[in-house]
Amino acid sequence: MLGVARMMQQPVQPAEATRSAVSVKNLDIRFGGKGAEFTALSDVSVEIPEGALVTMLGPSGCGKSTLLRAVADLVHVSDGSISVLGQPPKKAREGRDFAFVFQEATLLPWRSAIDNVGLPLEVGKHDSSLPTADPQEMLALVGLKGREKALPHELSGGMRQRVAIARALVTRPRILLMDEPFGALDEITRDKLNEELLRLWQETGTTILFVTHSIPEAVFLGEYVLMLESLPGRVKEFMKVDLPHPRKLAVRDTVEFIRITAKLRALLEEC
Amino acid sequence: MTDFTHGSKQGVAMPLEKRNGVAEAVMGFFASHYPAILAVTGCIALWQFVVWFFAVPTFMAPSPVEVFHAFGENGAILWANLLPTLLEAFLGFIFGNLIAILLAVWFVYSSTAEKAFYPIAVIVKSIPIIALAPILVLIFGNGIAPKIIIAGLICFFPTLVNMVQGLKAASPAMLDLMRVLSASNAEVFWKVRLPASLPFLFAALKIAATSSVMGAIVAEWIGSSYGLGALIIEATYNFRSPLLYATVVIAAGLAVALFFVVSFIESRVIRWKPDAQH
Repeated sequence: MLGVARMMQQPVQPAEATRSAVSVKNLDIRFGGKGAEFTALSDVSVEIPEGALVTMLGPSGCGKSTLLRAVADLVHVSDGSISVLGQPPKKAREGRDFAFVFQEATLLPWRSAIDNVGLPLEVGKHDSSLPTADPQEMLALVGLKGREKALPHELSGGMRQRVAIARALVTRPRILLMDEPFGALDEITRDKLNEELLRLWQETGTTILFVTHSIPEAVFLGEYVLMLESLPGRVKEFMKVDLPHPRKLAVRDTVEFIRITAKLRALLEEC
Repeated sequence: MTDFTHGSKQGVAMPLEKRNGVAEAVMGFFASHYPAILAVTGCIALWQFVVWFFAVPTFMAPSPVEVFHAFGENGAILWANLLPTLLEAFLGFIFGNLIAILLAVWFVYSSTAEKAFYPIAVIVKSIPIIALAPILVLIFGNGIAPKIIIAGLICFFPTLVNMVQGLKAASPAMLDLMRVLSASNAEVFWKVRLPASLPFLFAALKIAATSSVMGAIVAEWIGSSYGLGALIIEATYNFRSPLLYATVVIAAGLAVALFFVVSFIESRVIRWKPDAQH
């Protein structure tokens, strides 16, 4: 299976991509001490091309969040290596090369929307020469112009997640790591945010790694879909989604879309 | 009611909105609290009736009217003894809570410290405060110090427990976010942990506000010559029951006043809803 996955990676490298945004080689991640050791990821290798939007699918417990967190330097790597824009994850984190969006909006409830977006500019001893964006502009970009002074409890779940995205964008990251960011939202809000995320991706050219539980979401957003299988977590499939951009929600009713989701569903059942 | 509103409109030359505001505030307070107001009034009336009907002697239990008179007759004494108690309760509140907060911060950052000193805090807490008072008077003499210490001790434990919980209340995802942002420990403390702990802290401070008065009074029972506690003892031994009751009312009033001061500060400081972050 692993061999297949590796072979699959070759033809999907786009010709214009000169380097990888994220390069994972023979990654092993194990949790727990001796005796009670649990292997979350085993021999995972994958190349994320710069500027790509890669969605990560897999049965729960397959380690897709763990992989994302390892890229973000939130999890200790047991074996193998991760390179983010050619550096170890710790360096990339300190250099503000990536931003992370969690399933919960994780806003500070005592701060207004605009002050939450500005948080990354206040903390960490980051290089002041690094490019940053205006929090006001970022809020406008996610469609929250006029709600700058609102406290998180005055915003809906979808709006709070928009604030979280604006906060992630304020450091102008080259990579956006998103861990089921719309998982807790209702379907209508989720659809809307999906469309807007695609628009943001196309406008900013940011590389996006997006973990999801939903096959349609993975296909709709993904330029590539990375599927992991569980116990232990390894790469099952890395495939390009051949749907034209810009995509509208209606693309989900096309035969091609349904064909891809059906294929992924069949693969998921094998995991 | 209509007469009252109408009368105030006629009689007082205030801006129209403000007059309505005051009238509405009074009406609103009565409208929302009338069950409590009626119940309290009823209890006092019942008390007056029982004392009168059974001809209870004043030294045993004075009537509300007698207690009311006691306020007038002993105004100077009550005031003179209120101030030391207020000072002791206030200083005890400040020191007790300050030490509890600092200890909680230490506990959160050092699990060794928590393991070492938490049991001691529990042991100190389990000694009845009234049993501790004579010991402290023996050590620190009869001055203001043992009273402040006892008032402080009584505040200390609830604040310690709540503050430790509050400082640990920040969600793991929030701490992950701060790590992704390469925030320092100090930044995590000032920008996340401390603000997140404030609702927990104020819950404890409201308890401490009332119990600090209790601590000061209990301390004054042990061989003190001033303060509301001393006045309670003196009035009891001299069968001056109306004065005793008046002192008790003053002590309760002091505790309630401190409680409302803390509640007011809380409403100014905490304008967010803690559970809305998910």
